[in-house]
Amino acid sequence: MVATFSVFAQEEHGHENGEEKKGFDASEVIFGHIGDNHSWHWFDIDGHAYATPLPVIIYENGKGISCFLSDKFEHGHVPYNGYRLIEKHYATEHSLPNEMIGKIVPVDANDNIIANAQYHDLSITKNVASMLISVILLLVIMISIANKYKKNGVMKAPSGFQNAIEPVIIFVRDEVAKPNLGKKYMRYMPLLLTLFFFIWINNLLGLIPGGANFTGNIAVTAALSLISFIVILFSGNKHFWGHLFNPPGVPFGIKLLLVPIEIISLFIKPVALMIRLFANILAGHIIILSVVSMIFIFGALSTVAGWGFVPVSMAFTIFMFCLELLVGAIQAFIFTNLAAVFIGQAIEEAHHHDEHEHGYHAHNPETGQEYNVSEDTIVA
Amino acid sequence: MGLLIPDFGLFFWTLIAFLVVLFILKKFAWGPIVKTLQERESGIAESIASAEKVKAEMKLMQSQNESLLMQAREERTMMLKEAKETKDKIINEAKEQAKVEANKIMEDTRNQIERSKNAAMTEVKNEIGKLAVEVAEKILRKQLANQGEQHNYVQMLAEEIKLN
Repeated sequence: MVATFSVFAQEEHGHENGEEKKGFDASEVIFGHIGDNHSWHWFDIDGHAYATPLPVIIYENGKGISCFLSDKFEHGHVPYNGYRLIEKHYATEHSLPNEMIGKIVPVDANDNIIANAQYHDLSITKNVASMLISVILLLVIMISIANKYKKNGVMKAPSGFQNAIEPVIIFVRDEVAKPNLGKKYMRYMPLLLTLFFFIWINNLLGLIPGGANFTGNIAVTAALSLISFIVILFSGNKHFWGHLFNPPGVPFGIKLLLVPIEIISLFIKPVALMIRLFANILAGHIIILSVVSMIFIFGALSTVAGWGFVPVSMAFTIFMFCLELLVGAIQAFIFTNLAAVFIGQAIEEAHHHDEHEHGYHAHNPETGQEYNVSEDTIVA
Repeated sequence: MGLLIPDFGLFFWTLIAFLVVLFILKKFAWGPIVKTLQERESGIAESIASAEKVKAEMKLMQSQNESLLMQAREERTMMLKEAKETKDKIINEAKEQAKVEANKIMEDTRNQIERSKNAAMTEVKNEIGKLAVEVAEKILRKQLANQGEQHNYVQMLAEEIKLN
């Protein structure tokens, strides 16, 4: 992917002479990074953007699937094949809202947007490309480790990278699956392990400079929490649904109040999962970019101020990177753990009726220990 | 804000990619890994349990050995004691017997000496008696050489007998 590198001059970045006068638009840089993009932008040198074009795939009713590389748009300057990549000038000319910038829309022969077109943009965007890399990494790592397990047999000590991954797998099993899911934990281990490693590896890839803000995108966290939600719904037992729609031992009047709240809470759970991961990763990326941008904001005021701010900014950035490394693992753990807690609630067998309203509740059958994790104890 | 509106394309690809990864990893990675981990853990637990058992057995054997050793030691002491006693007894008996034997020998010797002495004394007495008789004979022979004297002497002897 990197090998197909191609070079373009990008006009809106072209502040050849007037960079100081025009100033540095931090919000454009930051939002340009954290948003999705149809090309993988690496860096600018003297107004030239170095970027890798990515495939555009659009399905339109009646027209079928169109598939081409994003450099056909020439960064939104020309329409191609009845589609156009909206860029700043086009948006201002056609008075489109800002969030439309970067989107691909069907246009007619006069380069006007076809308003009622039925289409889906399934392009391999920067985030999708980053995800594909992470998927390949994940598959290669995990399958090679699994082969090592098969090759070495049961009673041989782990070695190499297997040794690094094994404690994590055991951690997910012993700290996430077993306490929350009880005896049936083996059924959910593949889901929990995949969730954990998928989120973690993408969090880490997102931290590499030039990487995509994949797990900080709400579409991604929405997809992950939708999967969790479906698993929660399908693993719900009689006891769970009974408590949801007809809480026992509650007067009728309160039931009228309680049942809607319970139903809302059922939907809030995946939404909370979705927003927590999205907001945490997004915030981390924004902070790092902001701190780096400070150099250029000061640099726009005066060159000396810019250079002077470099040590301060670097110190903050390094600190934030370390923090984000930690947050990447912690958020993967929290997402997985909460998914396990919610599934645990759904598969929980009938016992201790009085404890249900206090929070996420799970039961460890081995130790008989009760876990009560309330929403506000997990703030991060 | 465009940030809060999920993009359909990305949502779609994420969903598909995640599910594909989930199924591939479930079949080729998580299944074998989790199974192996479980087997290994139970294997280790079994090994530890059997080691513990062997250790307990060893301990039992050791204590048995120790008691056996103790018994042997006791027996040895007893045997030694007995041997010593026997030895002492034999020595004492031998001493006793030797003493008796010696006494007997002494007694015999003394008797022998006594007897020899007596015999010697008798012999000496006989010899002395013989000598005295001889001397008396010689003296008498000499004195009784004349008739008068002979007569006187018989007279004297006859008087002596009369007096008796």
